[in-house]
Amino acid sequence: MSKKEQDLQEVVEQAIAQQKVPHVKIKGIDPHSIDIARLTKPSKETRQERWGKGLTALAILLIGILIVSIIGFVGSHGLATFFTDKVNIFHFLFSTDWNPSAGPNHVGAAAMIVTSFAVTLLAALIATPFAIAVALFMTEYESGKKANLLQSVMELLVGIPSVVYGFLGLTVVVPAVRTVFGGTGFGILTATLILFVMVLPTITSLTVDAFKAVPKELRKSSAALGATQWQTIYHVVLRAARARIMTAIIFGMARAFGEALAVQMAIGNAVLMPYNLVSPAATLTSQLTSQMGNTVMGTLPNNALWSLALLLLIMSLVFNFLVHLIGKKS
Amino acid sequence: MNSKRNDRIATGVIYLLVGIVILLLVGIIGNILISGVPHLSWHFLTSASSSFEAGGGIRDQLFNSLYLLILTLLISLPIALGAAIYLAEYAKDNWVTQLIRTTIEILSSLPSIVVGLFGYLLFVVQFGLGFSIIAGALALTFFNLPILTSNIEEAIKGVPQTQREAGWALGLSNWKTIRGIVLPAALPGIITGIILSAGRVFGEAAALIYTAGQSGSTVDYSNWNMFSPTSFLNVMRPAETLAVHIWKVNTEGIIPDVTVVSAATSALLVIVVIIFNFGARALGNWLYNRLTAAKIK
Repeated sequence: MSKKEQDLQEVVEQAIAQQKVPHVKIKGIDPHSIDIARLTKPSKETRQERWGKGLTALAILLIGILIVSIIGFVGSHGLATFFTDKVNIFHFLFSTDWNPSAGPNHVGAAAMIVTSFAVTLLAALIATPFAIAVALFMTEYESGKKANLLQSVMELLVGIPSVVYGFLGLTVVVPAVRTVFGGTGFGILTATLILFVMVLPTITSLTVDAFKAVPKELRKSSAALGATQWQTIYHVVLRAARARIMTAIIFGMARAFGEALAVQMAIGNAVLMPYNLVSPAATLTSQLTSQMGNTVMGTLPNNALWSLALLLLIMSLVFNFLVHLIGKKS
Repeated sequence: MNSKRNDRIATGVIYLLVGIVILLLVGIIGNILISGVPHLSWHFLTSASSSFEAGGGIRDQLFNSLYLLILTLLISLPIALGAAIYLAEYAKDNWVTQLIRTTIEILSSLPSIVVGLFGYLLFVVQFGLGFSIIAGALALTFFNLPILTSNIEEAIKGVPQTQREAGWALGLSNWKTIRGIVLPAALPGIITGIILSAGRVFGEAAALIYTAGQSGSTVDYSNWNMFSPTSFLNVMRPAETLAVHIWKVNTEGIIPDVTVVSAATSALLVIVVIIFNFGARALGNWLYNRLTAAKIK
């Protein structure tokens, strides 16, 4: 018996000895019938509780291990280009000479980096005004059945698989761009137009949330001052929702930056520095998609592709960080 | 009256932009359905795909998509359910929880191609599984986990606190309360969440190209032995899904009827997504009405 249990035994004995309420009869309880060992053991409920908490914590742990191993695996392969194959990291970031099978002096990803950022920024730039307009329409102008219908169609748009967008791009956007601007039809413009449609619902639904979070009193006060609806929207609603609109745009950009197949099908896949919007180009994701199967594990061309994947991973972390930063600031 | 004029202009511009978006939405969905549905025939759904001739179907791809979906849900549901219960019921508001939430956010915003490549690295290469259904299902699990977890967490958080307090008042442990009271009450929401995530999984291709592979092996639908290489249930065989099929025939395929095959497959995918989207809500509402006394309009 441990010291603690002895103490407890003493307390119980004392309590029973001092039992002074006469109408309460304690039958069969005397100092020696108290099972101290049982009193100090966890109850059935406690055991259940531990089991449940442990089980669910295990699931969380699994997700944690998963994200760490994703970063670890992709990181170690992506960094091999710089440590094992001795590629200069500045050369990788700023050179446009991409021909990894020719040796470590030909691993320059600048063309793909620029193209990736170009399609992302352009798509967000086009999508934002439309998203804000639709969100205003759904929150400020109409809020009944029409808004609900538009909302559910938007949700449907999020659910359409990206290859379907890619296929639509191939059959509709590519010929259209070819007819209007000439060239092959493949290029940044085509990819941008496809990405615009893909990020539109993402930005819209988050912007709707942003507008809904603006308190009604602000709108009413503005209206009471004699402001028109547009003045209220421009000076009050948009201003109050600014931070969350920024978040919405960044989420949209993250989606555009990481989109692989739809872009790969429409951009032409030529690793060239884009000099106009309708010439074939390649993004980080499109290059990964089309080339990963053509390289041998562990060789320089393969490691170079893993470096592109690492870059994608880092950008995804950056987008996350930006969202947090904006959240903290506001 | 400058401000009145501006108001009218702004309203006009907003309605114009909304009109363009509506036209775009109708155009996109209409285009997919109109160009694809006429080619959706029983023959198309039930015949094997062809690698160089016209007239191939999508039987194997359709089965593979469904099989992968089921396997993915089987693997990801227990993990997501556990994680969601922990986050909704047990997690204290401290930096550890904050870190976990950030981790899940990061996982959900990772590009699916990166998730696919990680699956390729770990399962296909490291564990030597080769291009296989099981590698694909695991990659899809990673892709599915964050969204499923947050969907389920939302559903669990929607259960009123008084229900839990009632459980505690009966002397039940927290865990018993969760299992016996909270989860049944959250079931409609959980099922809606599962179906919505299933829609995403069904159309995913980027995570599968380098895990489940881009080719199908010959499968025999009468062979029920899971360990036989020709069995349709074998999890070690490479499998091309519907979404991967669209990508494959458009980028590397040589069949002459590419457009027909992809249009029909796209239409099928979109129809499935529509069914999942609306079905999820309908089923959720129906279950809610069946299982609880409350009515929602």
